[in-house]
Formats: sequence, structure tokens, C-alpha cells
Amino acid sequence: MKPLSPATLLPALLLVAALAVGSLFVGVSDVSPSALFREGFDGRAAQVLLASRVPRTLALILAGAAMAVAGLIMQMLVRNRFVEPSTVGTVESATLGILVVTIFAPDLPVFVKMLVAAAFALAGTALFLRILRAVPLRSILMVPLIGILLAGVIGAITTFFAYRYDFLQSLNAWTTGDFSVVLRGRYELLWISAAMTAAAYLAADRFTVAGLGKEFSTNLGLNHERVVALGLVIVALVSAVVVVSVGVIPFLGLIVPNVVSLMIGDNVRRALPWVAIIGAGFVLACDIVGRLVIYPYEIPIGTIMGVVGSFFFLYLLLRKNARVA
Amino acid sequence: MIELDKITKSYGETVVVDGVCISLQKAGVTAIIGPNGAGKSTLLSIVGRILGADAGTVHIDGMDVARTPGDALARRLSLLRQENHMSARLTVRDLVTFGRYPHSKGRYTADDAAHVERAIGFLGLEPLADRFLDELSGGQRQRAFIAMVLCQDTDYVLFDEPLNNLDIKHGVAIMRLIQRAARELGKTVIVVLHDINIAAAYCDRILVMKDGRIVEHGEPAEIMKDELLSAIYEAPITVHRIEDRLVAIY
Repeated sequence: MKPLSPATLLPALLLVAALAVGSLFVGVSDVSPSALFREGFDGRAAQVLLASRVPRTLALILAGAAMAVAGLIMQMLVRNRFVEPSTVGTVESATLGILVVTIFAPDLPVFVKMLVAAAFALAGTALFLRILRAVPLRSILMVPLIGILLAGVIGAITTFFAYRYDFLQSLNAWTTGDFSVVLRGRYELLWISAAMTAAAYLAADRFTVAGLGKEFSTNLGLNHERVVALGLVIVALVSAVVVVSVGVIPFLGLIVPNVVSLMIGDNVRRALPWVAIIGAGFVLACDIVGRLVIYPYEIPIGTIMGVVGSFFFLYLLLRKNARVA
Repeated sequence: MIELDKITKSYGETVVVDGVCISLQKAGVTAIIGPNGAGKSTLLSIVGRILGADAGTVHIDGMDVARTPGDALARRLSLLRQENHMSARLTVRDLVTFGRYPHSKGRYTADDAAHVERAIGFLGLEPLADRFLDELSGGQRQRAFIAMVLCQDTDYVLFDEPLNNLDIKHGVAIMRLIQRAARELGKTVIVVLHDINIAAAYCDRILVMKDGRIVEHGEPAEIMKDELLSAIYEAPITVHRIEDRLVAIY
């Protein structure tokens, strides 16, 4: 099978653009091109469009692309197809960070809260890598298992403190990925994740080489530890920004890079644009579905992704040649 | 010139490489042979700086491999390991192109592309160039890795059992290629080999290792001797001259 040529990116891009336009016009409030035209720039439709629909759509694109790319980077660093920020403890650590800062310094600006969450995410992911180095890995499935265990432990600590400080309900509200809360002024942090995605693209070759292993990297004169550190910072920042802004979008970083790997392979320079575009498109599609299934109510995207993602995860684990995964 | 000074490496109580001192002149093909567990691969990994020695130094053209910046060294010295476990899905051309990474740091020029195509041609990989490595046979994959190392175009090239997984045709082709690279391009090649007859036929020098030490070194004619080989491999071996070549029978 030959990898797809870059020219095929264009139709994918157009499809995502179409989904984005669709996302602008789905919702309870009547925002249609005709309503916009009838009411003019100061009308209610235009207000809803600018304050809610455009931010929501941008947030979906930014978060979707960045989380999928974070999954790709994670998989290259760990050299395992079954990991992503929400299965190795990164996202849980970020959540713990938010809880800690909410308990002890609730008045800090959102940007500082995000930095604290990022620091926790970084520490949690570094802990995961440290454990991996200490455990003899006899099977590739050990890696995601260790990740899920660690995520469970960190999650339990978070729940314990949330329970003690009466934050259980708000914890649940933060962690369920939900874009209905996105309004102008409350999603802009997500541009940081766009910057991280761009940084990942600039360092794409380094991540590919790191994905070939430490010895391989050394032979090519690449400082493996430095690449891992760079990757960890990208993954931690993206996870923290996304959790702070919209909550957890589970499995996205798992599904998209795996699909792209089958289509295009793992050369990050070539795969990353695809991962970003499909990540954005997938999140847009899931969010639109969530808005339509029980219209006029909404199902949070975290729930939809959880359902789709767990089936896909099972498929990955059970398919015949999981060996090459 | 490669100079090893008192290189020692142990794993727990077991000393794998035991105070190896040797200088290898530039150019030519040097084989390292010896029984299993002699420390051949470990020594090669230390020279190729993917494994740190417990004591001793390796200098390549005067550069200490443990201290020289990795990217500078990667333009002078390359190493192909015995096992190249790939979890990433790359095409053959992608892999070979990464051989240029130390030179171009990801900004590939027309010169790099020419190197890539030449290396692919050298190993007869043209029909497979756009296939993914995980869709190839063991031998085809081995050739792709060798092409990548050639593409790295370093003065010093280390191979750890490059003939693994290769049939006779490709094995001989690789040894001829290594010989040509040394003679025509002036490269210095060190290759760990299992087959003493291949070492005698294609290499200019042979180092014999046993129990972590270099016990003999010299031209093939000096090494290919009944008593010496029998003692090293602890099995009866006789050497015969067949059509101008020394052949060990065991």
C-alpha cells in the first residue's frame, strides 16, 4: 500500500470546513443565513453567532486538532499505539492540578490555573514514563495497562479531595468534555494549543526519529532525552489547556493517530497535518451529533467520544495483527 | 583511526568486555569474530556510543565518543544494530532519508535526495521504496536499514551482524558492497560476523574475541589456522585452501 499523497489533504480540509459551517448553524437559537440577512449585523442572530457559535466552532477545531496531535506525539515518545493523554494519567493529573488550585487559590486568573494544571500534567506524564522504564515490558499491552492504572490512582486521589472539600459536582462538570459552555472570552486559551500543534509540526522529524528508539536517535545524533522533554511539554500544555477550557475529550488522541497511521504511516512530518485535520473534523462531527440527537437538548461530547472511543479501543486491541500496532 | 583504551563493561558480576585496548587504522574492513557471549556486540555498541563503558575511552580521529556532541559524531560514525525493532510505520524511502538527518537536520536538499536514491539503488530497493517497512520480509527490511546507514555517509561504519536474515545472494552482495565502500570511498568498516569464512573472504583484518578480550588480531591468513580457531570455538576446526581461499570446515 502506498501512502496517500499530500494532494488528498485538500478534500479533507474542505470536509472539515463544511462541518465547521454546519456547526455554526446548529442550535436552538435561530441562526440561519436568512435570519442573519434579515436582522442585520446588530440583530440577535448575529449576536449569537459571534458570542457563541463562532467561539464554539473555533474551540472544537483547536481542541480537536491539538488533542489528536498530542496523542500522536505521546505514541511516538512511548513507542506504543495504545496510549494517549487520557489513558496514561496526563489528563487526570491536569484535573488534579485544577482541583488543587481551586481549593487553595480560587481567585487566581484562569491562565495561572492552566499553568498549574500543565505543571501537574507534566509531572504525571513524567511519572508514567519513569514507571515504564522500571517495569520490564513483556507485552505491548502492558504499557496502556500501566497507564490506565496510574490514571485510576491519580483520578482516585482527585475524587478523594474533591469529596473532602465538597467539589465533587463541580469536578464532574469540569471533566466531562462539553463545548456548550464555550463563549467569547472563555475559549481563547485554546490558541495556546494551536501554538503547541505548530511547534510539534516544526519538530516533526525529531519525533519520528525518537519514535524509532533511543539507540536509533543516538546514532542519528539526536538527543533523545531532549526530544522526550519537548514532547512532554507539548502534551502537558495541550492537555491542561483543553481540560481547563472544555473538559476531557477521551480517546480522541487514540483513535485519530491510529487511523492516520494505517492510512499514511508514522512519518510525523506527513502524518501530523492529517491527524490535526481529522481530529478537528471528528470532534466537530461528534459535537454536531451531540447537539442533534436529543434536540433541543445536548449530549456532552465527552459522552459521545467515550462511547465511540471505547469501541474503537476494543477493536484495536482485538484485531488480528495487533502485534504491529 | 579508532583507538580503544582499557574498555571495560560488566553487567552485575559478569564482565562482558574486559579491558580492551586496540587501535585500528583508517580504511579497510575489520571483522570481529568469536563465540557467543564473547562481548562482540557490546564492544561494538560502546564504540558506536549507544552504550556507555564502565571504564576506558574510545577515540575516533581523536574525538572522545563519550564527550563529543552527538550530532557532530553522527556525521562521522554510524552503527547498525543487530535487532532493529520498529514500531513505527515508515516507508523504505522515509527510513533511508532519515540517514541524512545528521547532515540536513530535516531540511532535505537535492544533494540529500541524490544520496537517498543512490543508497536505494545500491541495495536494489527501488521496487520497494514506497512500501511500509512492516509489510516487508526480514531480509528486505535489513537491506533498508543498511541503505539508511550508507545514506548517513560517515567515514566510520559499524555493522552488528548485517547478514542476519539475508539469503546467500543478498549476503554476498552486502559484503561486496562493504568491501567496495572501504576500497573506493575510503570508509572504515567494522563488522561483527558469525561466519568465519565470510570474514576471511571479505575482510582485511580479523579481531578475535573471547571472554571479553581480544585474543588475536591480524590478516585473515594469520587467523585462519586450525589450532587457533579450534581453541577459540572449543570445537574441532580445520582450515583448507580451496580455489585460493581459506575455508574453515567444522
